[in-house]
Amino acid sequence: MSEGKHWLVRRRSIRVLWIVFVAVLAVLVVGDVFIYGHPTFGLDGTFAFYAWYGLLTCVVMILLAKAMGVLLKRKDTYYDGE
Amino acid sequence: MTASSAFPPALVLILGGLLLPLLRGYARSIVILALPLLTVWLVWQLPDGVSLSVRFLEYRLEVVKADALGRLFATIFAIMAFAGGLFALNQRRVAELAAASVYAGSAVGVALAGDLITLFVFWEIMAITSTLVVWSRGSENSYRASMRYLQVHLFGGVLLMAGIVAQVTDTGTIAFTAMTPDTPGTWLMLAGFLINAGAPPLSAWLPDAYPEASYSGTVFLSAFTTKAAVYVLLRGFPGAEILIYVGLYMMLYGIVYALLENDMRRILAYSIVNQVGFMVTGIGIGTEMALNGAAAHAFTHIIYKALLLMSAGSVLYMTGKRKCSDLGGLFQSMPLTTACGIIGALSISSFPLTSGFISKSMISQGAVDERLAVTWFLLAAGTAGVFLHAGIKFPWFVFFQKDSGLRPPDPPLNMRLAMVLFSILCIGLGVWPQPLYALLPYPVDYAPYTVPHVVNMLQLLLFSGLAFFTMLPLMRRTLTITLDFDWFYRTLGKWVLGPAATLTGNALRRAETEARNWIGVLIGFVFRHHGPQGALARSVQAGSMAFWMIVLLGAYLVLYLV
Repeated sequence: MSEGKHWLVRRRSIRVLWIVFVAVLAVLVVGDVFIYGHPTFGLDGTFAFYAWYGLLTCVVMILLAKAMGVLLKRKDTYYDGE
Repeated sequence: MTASSAFPPALVLILGGLLLPLLRGYARSIVILALPLLTVWLVWQLPDGVSLSVRFLEYRLEVVKADALGRLFATIFAIMAFAGGLFALNQRRVAELAAASVYAGSAVGVALAGDLITLFVFWEIMAITSTLVVWSRGSENSYRASMRYLQVHLFGGVLLMAGIVAQVTDTGTIAFTAMTPDTPGTWLMLAGFLINAGAPPLSAWLPDAYPEASYSGTVFLSAFTTKAAVYVLLRGFPGAEILIYVGLYMMLYGIVYALLENDMRRILAYSIVNQVGFMVTGIGIGTEMALNGAAAHAFTHIIYKALLLMSAGSVLYMTGKRKCSDLGGLFQSMPLTTACGIIGALSISSFPLTSGFISKSMISQGAVDERLAVTWFLLAAGTAGVFLHAGIKFPWFVFFQKDSGLRPPDPPLNMRLAMVLFSILCIGLGVWPQPLYALLPYPVDYAPYTVPHVVNMLQLLLFSGLAFFTMLPLMRRTLTITLDFDWFYRTLGKWVLGPAATLTGNALRRAETEARNWIGVLIGFVFRHHGPQGALARSVQAGSMAFWMIVLLGAYLVLYLV
């Protein structure tokens, strides 16, 4: 069945993509050891700052959106018939 | 000053746009594409300073005044009119094309306006013509959205007009120069500008109205109104601290609302607010680096946002669908649209080698230079958040995700060409930023491509991607909208004012019925006496004439004797 699918959506390809993605992330984090940026504010000089900060803030933003959604989401027919 | 340089470049698109309904077929297409090119040429003929001034009442209007900043915005507005026109060549509603052309022309007019009165005139033409662009789609929803949009913008126009009057009364001059918000006049002008920028609290007009335009209309809309507002803020209020807070709020608001949104073009509309937030923050920081960053970001943003909306517009044009929950898997049959959409998405995320990378980083650098820690950390979070809501979410849910079973081909040639043109510009400016840097208002001393900067940006963005894909179950699309400030005037307003409207409506109807009755009575009276059977309209007969003569003579005799 999976043979009829586009190669990009086959289970195997998706596994390979994940492996490549994680490898790139690892290289970027390890690369941080060899790079001296110019930290200005202290916190931005911590190890792999941009990696953990990007991950953390995105998780926070997704959860924040989720929480706001509980309060503010309505069916998309909400304004119909106005 | 030669004759051609004195001709206002804005009028090319405005007058040409008005001609469009008279043209057909190839003639129309050629004019649509030629007008913006002629505009760019005229803009670049302008010498620095005032090229055209006109007396109006006791003022001297500087209708055309050029400098680096104005030329930069006039140029990108004209380039946008060209690519938007190319994308819209197969748009059958000529009203939209004409309105879009006048809209673009008045944006050029704003960018070259040397005084507040000229600015205001072009500003209001923009409000009206952009309303027409939304409205010309011709659906009930777009009509209602365009009317809500118009009311917000007319309100903004009233604030701006009041501010201008107060400012001119205070200072005695109509010159449009850098100001600080410290008088009622300047505050009102700032408020008028910010409404068009999509600032809180009224930002909901943007995601409400823009996605209701046609597949091509939204592309035009994304470029002019908000970026003209960025331009006037750059010129009028550089370094106004309040803009930092307004900008940061807009940046985060855009991300959170876009994350919750299901309509692909509303996602991109929220992301306009987000991107303008970066620019407004840069204007608030106010250093040459930050102002250059804001100007450069407006320039690159117009290109990649239009590109994103062109790819979304192509999907809408080919499938008729706009909700992420109905889309997915389109990369298989629309490879070019997918590729162009991804290039736009990478650019908006300021991925290295794309245009966003070389512009947005200057704003962050401005925050570093000024040691604005909170601003800088929020800008970094915002950068990660852009990748989340526009960089990945938009292409993922539209082109990949699940297989929706839809297999539409790529759109017609002109639409593909417009997307390819802007994709080339996105990558071209990203790889070779010097030509853009040379156009900026201040000298640029900034090198975007350093090893730490590239690695840091890749870390930030790819770990944002990791967050997206690991939290994908939380991002599942639902058939929902998210309430925004427009709820106050769309729902609460109706509850509060609805009964009042009914009462006044009824009173008006009663008054009208009453008036009609009285008019009926009056007409009846006149008809009775002057109509075919009326006593005063009968043809006079000899007998009755003799009778009335006798009556008159008799009366005369009586009066004489008495």
